[in-house]
Amino acid sequence: MAKAKFEPKIVVFCCNWCSYAGADGAGVARLQMPPDFRIIRTMCSARVDPEHVLRAFSKGADGVVVLGCHPADCHYIGGNYRARRRIALLRMVLEQYGFDPKRLKLEWVSASEGEKFQTTMVDFVDTIKKLGPTPLVQEVQ
Amino acid sequence: MTKSALVIGGGIAGIQASLDLADRDIHVYLVEKEPTIGGKMSRLDKTFPTNDCSACILSPKMADCAGHPNITLMTYSEVIKVDGKAGDFKVTVNKKARYVNPDECTGCGDCMEKCPSKNIPDEFEFGLTTRKAIYIPHAQAVPRVAIIDPNHCRKILNDKCGLCFKNCQKGAINYEDKDVQEVLDVGSIIVAAGFEVWDAGIAAEYGYGRYADVVTAMEYERMMCASGPDGGHILRRSNGKAPKKVAFIQCCGSRSEKEGWQKYCSSVCCMYATKQAILTREHDAEVAQDIFFMDIRSYGKEFEGYIHRAEDEYGVKMHRGSRVSNVSEDPKTKELIVSYVDADGNPVDAKYDLVVLSIGLNPPKGGAELAKVLGIELNEYGFCDTTVFEPLATSREGVFVAGAYAAPKDIPTTVAESSGASAKAGAHIVGADFKPCEPKVYPAEKDVAGEEPRIGVWVCSCGTNIGGVVDVPAVAKYAEGLPGVVSSMSSMYACAQGTLQEISETIKEKNLNRVVVASCTPRTHEPLFRGACREGGLNQYLFNMANIRDQCSWIHMHEPEAATKKAKDLLRMAVAKAALFESLDEPKVPVTNAAAVIGGGVTGMNTALDIAAQGFPVHLVERADKLGGFALNFTHKENGRKVSDYVAELVKKVESDKNITVHLNSEVEDIPGYVGNFEVHMKGGKKVEVGAVILAVGASPYKPTEFNYGKDDKVKTGLEVEALVDAGSFKGKDVAFIQCVGSRNDKVKYCSRVCCASALRNAIKIKLADPTANVTVFHKDIRTYGFREDLYKKACEVGVMFVRYRENDPLPGYDGKAVKAYDTVLNKEVSVPVDTVVLSVGVQPDREEKEKIAQMLSCPISKDGFYFEAHQKLRPVDFATEGVYVAGTAHWPKFLDECISQASGAASRSLTVISKDNVTAEGIIATVNEKYCDGCGVCEGCCEYNAITIVEKDGKLKSSVNAGLCKGCGSCVAACPSGAMEQKGFTNAQIRAEIDAFFGSPAGGA
Repeated sequence: MAKAKFEPKIVVFCCNWCSYAGADGAGVARLQMPPDFRIIRTMCSARVDPEHVLRAFSKGADGVVVLGCHPADCHYIGGNYRARRRIALLRMVLEQYGFDPKRLKLEWVSASEGEKFQTTMVDFVDTIKKLGPTPLVQEVQ
Repeated sequence: MTKSALVIGGGIAGIQASLDLADRDIHVYLVEKEPTIGGKMSRLDKTFPTNDCSACILSPKMADCAGHPNITLMTYSEVIKVDGKAGDFKVTVNKKARYVNPDECTGCGDCMEKCPSKNIPDEFEFGLTTRKAIYIPHAQAVPRVAIIDPNHCRKILNDKCGLCFKNCQKGAINYEDKDVQEVLDVGSIIVAAGFEVWDAGIAAEYGYGRYADVVTAMEYERMMCASGPDGGHILRRSNGKAPKKVAFIQCCGSRSEKEGWQKYCSSVCCMYATKQAILTREHDAEVAQDIFFMDIRSYGKEFEGYIHRAEDEYGVKMHRGSRVSNVSEDPKTKELIVSYVDADGNPVDAKYDLVVLSIGLNPPKGGAELAKVLGIELNEYGFCDTTVFEPLATSREGVFVAGAYAAPKDIPTTVAESSGASAKAGAHIVGADFKPCEPKVYPAEKDVAGEEPRIGVWVCSCGTNIGGVVDVPAVAKYAEGLPGVVSSMSSMYACAQGTLQEISETIKEKNLNRVVVASCTPRTHEPLFRGACREGGLNQYLFNMANIRDQCSWIHMHEPEAATKKAKDLLRMAVAKAALFESLDEPKVPVTNAAAVIGGGVTGMNTALDIAAQGFPVHLVERADKLGGFALNFTHKENGRKVSDYVAELVKKVESDKNITVHLNSEVEDIPGYVGNFEVHMKGGKKVEVGAVILAVGASPYKPTEFNYGKDDKVKTGLEVEALVDAGSFKGKDVAFIQCVGSRNDKVKYCSRVCCASALRNAIKIKLADPTANVTVFHKDIRTYGFREDLYKKACEVGVMFVRYRENDPLPGYDGKAVKAYDTVLNKEVSVPVDTVVLSVGVQPDREEKEKIAQMLSCPISKDGFYFEAHQKLRPVDFATEGVYVAGTAHWPKFLDECISQASGAASRSLTVISKDNVTAEGIIATVNEKYCDGCGVCEGCCEYNAITIVEKDGKLKSSVNAGLCKGCGSCVAACPSGAMEQKGFTNAQIRAEIDAFFGSPAGGA
């Protein structure tokens, strides 16, 4: 079988108030970036259940990004702090199971930071391309 | 006939005033002379003291205004005539020719692309960048509609070109457009025309306009902003390099007798310059910064700490008492040479890469003409004339003022005033014949529960915005094969009226029970499509959107294949989620149409009167045995009227108002409940039911121990001296005022705001009564902000002496005979003999008292001990706990006029709740599946709104969500270990379906 070019599959969870708006802002400014990610909108980064992240990985995601409002800017007061704790913990769990935690990223992108959204995605796609396809699905296959 | 209200000015003041009125079911015309609302605030990068992104916090309010069914937005329009009287004004508005039909324009920007007339200075960016002759003012413009500048359009000027007309696929361009006049019937008017920044060109000595790297603070906001001319990189205008040394020059245009300068203090510049310095440092950790100022005026909530952080954490060097005399340029290196006098009195020339001029606030351009049209008086400085006792009233009945049109001021003060003005304006409208705006009536919603999904899909081209990159017909064709999809169409503009009708009709014709639109962003367009679903008899929560423009075609413009694949994926994910949607109700919580005001001082009484004036019962709860509060101690006059007379009249008004019930000797014991449904339990078992609670519990003066107060008869507080002075029995000959007693020290870090102006008021009175008296004020800074600067000037004129001691020195020394301090102007220790020492005591919050009530209502207390509002900038009188509001000195030390306007602000905010029969809760709230719930309480602990309680049901502990309190963040759902919690509209199954659909597995989730 000829080795196809690696096109990563990346799931990005964006909170409605800051990071989803920041992603829109990147569009309004026509900031270009690799097309390898798909955004799933939740109201708050705290809605992202670690189970959703694991689900994405188990289905074959090469990487998952969770984006929220900057500390102290959360529309729901402190939801982003909960997201931070949950994702930090989840990264530790992933690592313990021999799964590279670099495949899971948490970042703060405000509604005005289209450019930060762009650099975050460019950098993350780059990271994933270096890491290569997820080992999970290959093992299953 | 029920009248509308008119709001003039679409900045943050006008936006807030309009929203408050509209939320109270009063129809509003919002008239703005620029093509977009947003005003000055939309051009700021961040806001002090929280460094919130200005656009992020303002844009949702702008969108609210645009989408509010009770607001008629009239941009690019001016009021040209006002006839009639309060309750019955006839207002003529001139709608200027826009040359673009706003009903057709989608804001796609195709017209701009081909416009050959370019290099026109962009007003929004203060000329730092250019725009074309046809343009959209900025990315967040509301309405997002193009406009043609007739002074540069080749078609309009010379009948050549016409490219935008050819390029607009909507046919929105109309070169023949003319001004149109419209006459509005309104009951009352709020003027919120804002301010203009001072023209820095007047300060020839600072070289603005001559040196590229001398910029105004407003320009600097844009230079720092991510959406600004340099994409958020701070670059010198001369060479495009990052500056390494930046100087901020304060009072540029303010506090001066110079020709063309303003005499007053502009109130906000110290804080914004400090903010800019902090942000500059965040951009570049190496940058060195100096702020040159006379006094630093950080008198607002958490301002003082902000200044200290700038110094201590961000390395900003503060040059106290330094007024810069001149700025010149080194012709070779283009460095700027700032000439000033240092702390030791030596002249210094220092070099900088960039100089930012902290320009002051002027009355707005055209402000005087507007005043003439409105028939209202302006003060000597050209701002709207108001009085201390009626800070929101103009000289014409029925016309009210809010924001910087009345005086330079910061955003939170403006927002509180704007709410206040809307309470005042509302009172002229809600007469006996008042009919609230009718909510829009939609067809009955059909029950789709249990039905197989029948999904209708629309894929939008958005002109060429999507269609130019993504293969739209292919995506629409692809959607036909997705599970549950029974109809799929493409559309040039899904948001066009025709398509919206098509959606409504297709729902009926094809019996659709879900709708998915693949187009732009739900943040702007979801309400529109939801409306179309409702027109078709479908619950609005059965609608989903795939964002294939902002988050696909626009960011992958050069990869059409990948973008098309991505659009298919996004649509497949949206369809998979939509298949699992259920109809959702927005739960309605009944409201008790009454309010409780806790605290019977000037603030509480004003709040009560404003609510009562709109016909709602108010319970005014006071723990003392009489009304009046702290103002009963005031003996002085304001605007020629004794404060005590004003307070007495206020008490009389309150006591005779049939809507107000006064509860004296009534300490509050508990306030259980939630928005719309509170019970106020008072000492002695009295209990009242209300829909909203306003905390106006005040603060108290610091009780001094310094200067041997209480033991030495020479030492008195400012209030005690004022009583003697006003009674004509003050005998002091050698008087020293000591500022900051109980403020700005190690224990009480904040500035108490009111002491400087109060001390100077008394110092002047003493000097005027006895010109031979020696009056000396010992201070760190003099903080007579705004027009209070007149007091400072007057004090100097009548011969009051000022001794500025060092910022970090303890209070001046006192041996019973003389006051001693190190004078930073003379650079030596001075000793002033005294027979009277006046302590300007600060304002203390009574933290313990506040905490008691705070606990009853889950309201936070700030670190300084005052109540902490929901948002320091844009929700200054709201608490995060809905239905609870704060006003007056319970919020922060403030002057009488500020208390009165904030009182009206809190009244207005509470009216948006208690004037309704019920409040609508979010549809996407959390729910509990009791079958799985163990009552462990994890959810309870992670709810920021106290919406979750663990209750006992049939002997077992179960979680229970209060729909009135839940905001729908979903944090508890992610936390629930047993899967019992769900968030409607974002259920686990729906999110899983979305994830799975990306990876190609069929919709269904589980």
